[in-house]
Amino acid sequence: MRLDPITSPSPARRLGLPALALGATVLVAMGLALVAGAEPLATLGLIVKGAAGTKFALLETLNRATPLIFTGLAVSVAFRARLWNIGAEAQLYAGALVTVVIGTQLGLPGPLALPLMALGAVLAGALVLLGPVLLKTRLGVDEVVTTLLLNFIMALFISYLLEGPLKDPMGMGWPKSPALPKDARLPRIIEGLRLHWGFALALLSALGVWVLQTRTTLGYEIRATGLNAEAARFAGIPVGRVLIKTALISGGLAALAGFSEVAGLKGNLTADLSPGFGYTGIVVAMLALLHPLGVVVSALFVAGIFVGADSMSRAAGVPTYIADILLATALLFMVLAILLTKVRVVRG
Amino acid sequence: MTETKEAQDVVLRLSGITKRFGVLVANDAISFSLARGEVVALLGENGAGKTTLMNILFGHYTADEGTVEVFGQPLPAGLPGAALAAGVGMVHQHFTLAGNMTVLENILLGTEPLWGVGRGRAAARRRVLALSRDFGLAVHPDARVATLSVGERQRVEILKALYREARILILDEPTAVLTPQESAALFDTLRRAVAQGLSVIFISHKLHEVMAVSSRVLVLRHGRLVGEVATAETDRPQLAELMVGTEITPPAPTEARPGATLLKLKTVSTPARGNRTGLRGVDLELRAGQILGLAGVSGNGQGALADLISGLETPSAGSMELAGTEISHWSPRAALAARIGRIPEDRHRTGTIADFTLTENAVLERYAEPPVARRGWIDWSAARRAAEQVIKAYDVRCPGPETRIRLLSGGNMQKLILGRVLEAQPMIILANQPVRGLDIGAVTYVQERLIAARDAGAAVLLISEDLDEVLTLSDVVRVICEGRLSPEFPRGSKTPAELGQWMAGQGVPDAA
Repeated sequence: MRLDPITSPSPARRLGLPALALGATVLVAMGLALVAGAEPLATLGLIVKGAAGTKFALLETLNRATPLIFTGLAVSVAFRARLWNIGAEAQLYAGALVTVVIGTQLGLPGPLALPLMALGAVLAGALVLLGPVLLKTRLGVDEVVTTLLLNFIMALFISYLLEGPLKDPMGMGWPKSPALPKDARLPRIIEGLRLHWGFALALLSALGVWVLQTRTTLGYEIRATGLNAEAARFAGIPVGRVLIKTALISGGLAALAGFSEVAGLKGNLTADLSPGFGYTGIVVAMLALLHPLGVVVSALFVAGIFVGADSMSRAAGVPTYIADILLATALLFMVLAILLTKVRVVRG
Repeated sequence: MTETKEAQDVVLRLSGITKRFGVLVANDAISFSLARGEVVALLGENGAGKTTLMNILFGHYTADEGTVEVFGQPLPAGLPGAALAAGVGMVHQHFTLAGNMTVLENILLGTEPLWGVGRGRAAARRRVLALSRDFGLAVHPDARVATLSVGERQRVEILKALYREARILILDEPTAVLTPQESAALFDTLRRAVAQGLSVIFISHKLHEVMAVSSRVLVLRHGRLVGEVATAETDRPQLAELMVGTEITPPAPTEARPGATLLKLKTVSTPARGNRTGLRGVDLELRAGQILGLAGVSGNGQGALADLISGLETPSAGSMELAGTEISHWSPRAALAARIGRIPEDRHRTGTIADFTLTENAVLERYAEPPVARRGWIDWSAARRAAEQVIKAYDVRCPGPETRIRLLSGGNMQKLILGRVLEAQPMIILANQPVRGLDIGAVTYVQERLIAARDAGAAVLLISEDLDEVLTLSDVVRVICEGRLSPEFPRGSKTPAELGQWMAGQGVPDAA
């Protein structure tokens, strides 16, 4: 068995294989349902219905997709430049932290507070990734290690703050921050529907990243650096500076997930604000093949699986961790599909 | 050694070898035989199918059709060990030696039994010494390979094959890394080998070597065997024509009219990086309207000099002057701003970005300036026009400007790089191995464009490991050896053999 490269994959191969991957994921889902003793087709139907069957379900999915769009974008921007940012989780919490501090401590009026909170969050997230990227460009320290480990440092730092200086005095002992005042919270897009402006901001960010990558010199520099840093450097692209700029954008985007969760949904900061949105962002970005608009689609898909599996679990008694397994299989099949668009397996 | 006179018995026979990669037919029904005690040259351009054929012989690929027979026995397909065991030895272009081990250890590697380390070393040593004496392969068995020159390493590779009792030796472009003197020594070894009844396949695209060493020439073109001639009955023009399919006239540059010095290096040194040689106190002047050719065995500081002029490297000592002004800040961008056009050595790794389109690659060195970009926004239609201009003016064969450049052949890729460089109308052109790996048609095209740029007043620095190329194109020749430069030799003032002395570091400073 040997792999022969395919120089120009046909559209059928490029679109058909990912569709096949999706189909295989569905088959695995049905198999798992069968193992759990439930009716496979019904289980599948319940997941879809739970994710998008009712207005409430759909809004829940959109809400869940919002932070995933931000972290997915953060990861895709960085990965494009071959900057392996595994630390979106830490950047998210940094953004959430600054959002809460500005929102609760400064007592600014709403129209001023929200932009300042967002800006502060972006800066905080950017700064959190700046350290690892400087270590990488100056000293050659592997950013996978530094960004990953910063996640744990940040989690412990947040725990400390929530037990100490940032603890809500009215919180009956729970480790949580004081709540944001009413006008420091993101309003809902349509009154009465549980969907806040964070979602719109996420869509806008995706569009922004897409324009950045395809239309600007910085986007060109980022792509060139990621595809062939040596050729980029030879052509006069300041690779180190490009990586730093990429890091600032990536960290900022991840921090917006924290801002949007706190200001749009939760209203305060707790240690369990993110159930791993930063890590799931990697899956989202990979499923989207790092395309910024694809990130929106894949974030909706991933959010739908989580929300749908939650609801299905209540109805059919199949455990919710089927969602994690589905996500993992979807990613594996997608990676395989991507490989098979690039190479052909030949016998001999 | 008296039985070796039956020179006609066949030791290797390939019959109807066909190999397809998708729609590409790499080898098309190739048949030939190799007799005992002869040197057969396998001649062909890059991509003609020479390497594929040898890979089939060695079991790295399985032929779609056809058979290989060694000493009358059919060779099982797809087993790399089978050819070795049958007595076929190959010396690759890129050596496969362990640098941290001695010559003897390298030769024995893989031949010793798993248990009983060091047993029979003395006998092995005697055999290696005898082989090296019989075949004129002077190399010390206890020297560490890392300390050997390229020519010596090649001798170790040949010894390795002989030690394993190879009766058929295959040499893949063996002279690419040698000085003329080392090549002559290698040819002597090959003559001794055939005198002892060995058979040799000599793969090359250098016609004069083929003429010098072989008794028979096989010419491959586009995967087909297009010619089989006795060396005594042919000449270089005929072989060139067979190889390319049309008649070739090499470029003949007119007299240069050198002008002002555009770039001057004053006792410049650069640090050695890893096992790459740095420059040591180099003085160099590049003049308008002149091609300066830099000859030398690869790895003697050419890379450092190219990086320095490209802007990737800065001097650790000495200074650089651009048109009389000393350079203070130096980078690839500064080099481009100083109108230095750079044709890099490796078009895949540094010259292009494989997954970028032709358009994106065509503007790689001016993506940030008008008309391609304004205030950080790229105007893709302007970029596309620039690409189309290069494609048209430099005859880049491609499906269109939106094709990813990885799909282009090396020659077309190089034409795009050449166009990118020349369209910017550079004052100084650095051409580092500009024709390596190109077919003869593309070679002539690139060389003629460089001469035209010279005639338009550019200062050209041509770096090449191919002495013929340097001698054909250069108005002045200098030789680099261990990071130092020889004096300038005007066109025609030195023979290849004399330059070879300099390449080997035995030049006499007062001979200039």
